[in-house]
Amino acid sequence: MVATYSDTQQDNLPGAELLSLTGLSLRFRGQINDVVDDVALEVRRGEVLCVVGESGCGKSVTSMALMGLLPADSAQISSGILRIEGEEIDLSSQTLPVSMRGNRVAMIFQEPMTSLNPAFRIGDQIGEAILRHQGGTKPAARARAQDLLQRVGIANPAQRLDEYPHQLSGGMRQRVMIAMALANDPQILIADEPTTALDVTIQAQILDLIRDLRDETGMGTIMITHDLGVVAEIADTVAVMYGGQVVEQGPVAEIFDNPQHPYTIGLMSAMPRLDAPGGRLAIVPGTVPTIANMPEGCRFRTRCAFAAAACVARPALVPVAPDHAVACHFAPLETHVAVLA
Amino acid sequence: MSDVILEARDVVKHFGTGGRFLSRAPVVQAVDGVSLQIRRGETFAIVGESGCGKSTLARLLMRLLTPTSGSVQFDGREVSGARGEALKTLRGQMQFIFQDPFSSLNPRMTVGKLVGEPLEIHAPELSAQARRDRVADLLRQVGLRAEHAGRYPHEFSGGQRQRIGIARALASGPKLIIGDEPVSALDVSVQAQVINLLGDLSRDLGLTLVIIAHDLGVIRHMSDRVAVMYLGRIVEMGRAEDVFAEPRHPYTRALLASIPAMAAPEDHKATVRGEMPSPSAPPPGCRFHTRCPFAEARCASETPVLSTGDDAHAVACHFWRDIAAQAAPPTPPRRSAEAEARFELYRAATEGGTVTHKTATDPQKQTTKTTERI
Ligand SMILES: Nc1ncnc2c1ncn2[C@@H]1O[C@H](COP(=O)(O)OP(=O)(O)OP(=O)(O)O)[C@@H](O)[C@H]1O
Ligand SMILES: Nc1ncnc2c1ncn2[C@@H]1O[C@H](COP(=O)(O)OP(=O)(O)O)[C@@H](O)[C@H]1O
Ligand code: SF4
Ligand code: SF4
Ligand SMILES: [Mg+2]
Ligand SMILES: [Mg+2]
Repeated sequence: MVATYSDTQQDNLPGAELLSLTGLSLRFRGQINDVVDDVALEVRRGEVLCVVGESGCGKSVTSMALMGLLPADSAQISSGILRIEGEEIDLSSQTLPVSMRGNRVAMIFQEPMTSLNPAFRIGDQIGEAILRHQGGTKPAARARAQDLLQRVGIANPAQRLDEYPHQLSGGMRQRVMIAMALANDPQILIADEPTTALDVTIQAQILDLIRDLRDETGMGTIMITHDLGVVAEIADTVAVMYGGQVVEQGPVAEIFDNPQHPYTIGLMSAMPRLDAPGGRLAIVPGTVPTIANMPEGCRFRTRCAFAAAACVARPALVPVAPDHAVACHFAPLETHVAVLA
Repeated sequence: MSDVILEARDVVKHFGTGGRFLSRAPVVQAVDGVSLQIRRGETFAIVGESGCGKSTLARLLMRLLTPTSGSVQFDGREVSGARGEALKTLRGQMQFIFQDPFSSLNPRMTVGKLVGEPLEIHAPELSAQARRDRVADLLRQVGLRAEHAGRYPHEFSGGQRQRIGIARALASGPKLIIGDEPVSALDVSVQAQVINLLGDLSRDLGLTLVIIAHDLGVIRHMSDRVAVMYLGRIVEMGRAEDVFAEPRHPYTRALLASIPAMAAPEDHKATVRGEMPSPSAPPPGCRFHTRCPFAEARCASETPVLSTGDDAHAVACHFWRDIAAQAAPPTPPRRSAEAEARFELYRAATEGGTVTHKTATDPQKQTTKTTERI
């Protein structure tokens, strides 16, 4: 068994603030616009925050910055404060305290194959992660690796320890990634599209697993996804990103029952529906502009059917309901606009 | 003209049988006895987990693969034996759209050349100018512009590349198009654009579409009929509305229940345990019995046959009647009236409605960065 969340921790009640990020702005060297622009996120203990948006919206880059994985020679973080259990880290220094990595925050990457080393056995890779952060003996690390595999629902864990990544299916690799991430009892798990490449049946199993771990260990989770179905399934809170900015955020029920940003509404309308099939789907016209072509003001205005002159000024993210904030000059739409067919 | 455009009869494809003498590699039973009829003008969907044989079946239907046994007929003619001119005609009438718009287009060819290439084969009589005109028409038909003909695939987004692939498939004037995960690589917003395009084309050109997809929402939206595959066999087949509203096979139920947000969020959705067994060692009897929550002793020895009752909704399960009686099928979530109203407003505005702004903007919202306010 994975040791449950350390009992020596204080403030480990569900709902206590675990991680907060404020004012993260960064750009890749040589670019004229920020690829992540003034992003703020918050995760509480025992909660899953889903970050959702089309590909290229800056979801992965944001999580890399959180993990201290953006090298200073390719990316420049101009501002960003990360508070984690009371400790404050200035991300613009672009050097994270060693204690941050692997221990408090663990990350599962979008491509399991690129983060598992194909040349090493599963057991050795998990064991290595344990030894690196916790020390101890090799046999103890191996025993713990086996426990972890069992914990994430891999059958015959003892046998799997001696196998190589290519011998596992996509779903099993993703479980191994989760097992490795859990090796050091992280307080925060960042999972970048952990189920995107998987079948729905296996996806359901992985989402169940993450939910169980959240309930048992009280860990906070940041789940990055472009799938609103996954959001509805697992999120407690949601941040919708567009063009490197958070355009709407709030509790999951609010986001689905009271979506206010035209981009959020567009994404939801474009999803094929099981209860209302056929006909034409509503669309979000065009595609996300490249960073160089990002418009001034509201970054969504080149694709927004409600854009007006006012939208050349950037709308601030303002509260519209408890914990629910939206960045649109004309939200809620029914109050501000009329549409004649 | 028969109502059926494409028919498979007991088609089998086993890989690894033609190998070296005494080869030890196990035979992969990728497709194992599939029969289906696709009707003219319909959209027919094939769904199932990765590795269940969907792409192999599609290749068999297209005659990109030769079946180990069984027959495929297109417009009443046997496909398996087609050679020479007959094969060329067949290729013109059945086209393929691939999943990956990035790797399926030759990066060194211009869009004009990519879309014009099938014309050179299937309409060699066209002059160069007539061919260029036709390419321009095709590009417009898929929502691109004529001047895009001079550009290369890497200059286009994923959704645009998929449109190029569709224009190329349309060039030979096919009657039927098979799409192997044609929208799976796209973001939901762009996916909606391509789904709409395929819907328009099938309606306007009377095309028959065969769509392979793993996203059940996409399938429900697009298709008239659905076949659910498991380990090389069809386990359920019928009208989409019936299969989705009253799934009969436990595997179909499991697929539906696995769709995120399908029932109350606190439910655990993983109604099937484990993964699909290898198609080189499929379980005896009902191939689903190792994962089926309803399995009984009989299931491990006796293979259920796909049988159509009185209502054209076929299922291969010994106990489907009992199961249907005891467990309600999963249902999609409800949306609030407020959300639905905004979806309507959004749809009206994006479909050409005139938007007027009732209010000036709130100056409070015109602040700049949140950090600067603090
Ligand atoms: N040329 C081949 N030689 C040997 N085995 C093959 C070959 N092509 C496919 N297979 C095997 O046949 C089975 C069915 O494969 P197929 O590609 O049809 O699955 P699929 O349903 O399309 O899966 P996916 O959803 O992942 O695309 C798999 O086990 C696959 O590994
Ligand atoms: N190393 C890099 N150098 C330059 N641009 C990059 C780099 N990594 C990502 N980007 C760009 O940053 C933007 C956001 O990317 P990403 O965070 O990966 O998006 P998402 O995860 O939301 O799909 C994209 O425009 C992407 O092309
Ligand atoms: S601020 Fe203007 S452009 Fe931006 S989402 Fe709102 S209406 Fe659309
Ligand atoms: S035949 Fe038996 S094992 Fe197969 S699906 Fe039906 S109940 Fe399940
Ligand atoms: Mg990403
Ligand atoms: Mg396939």
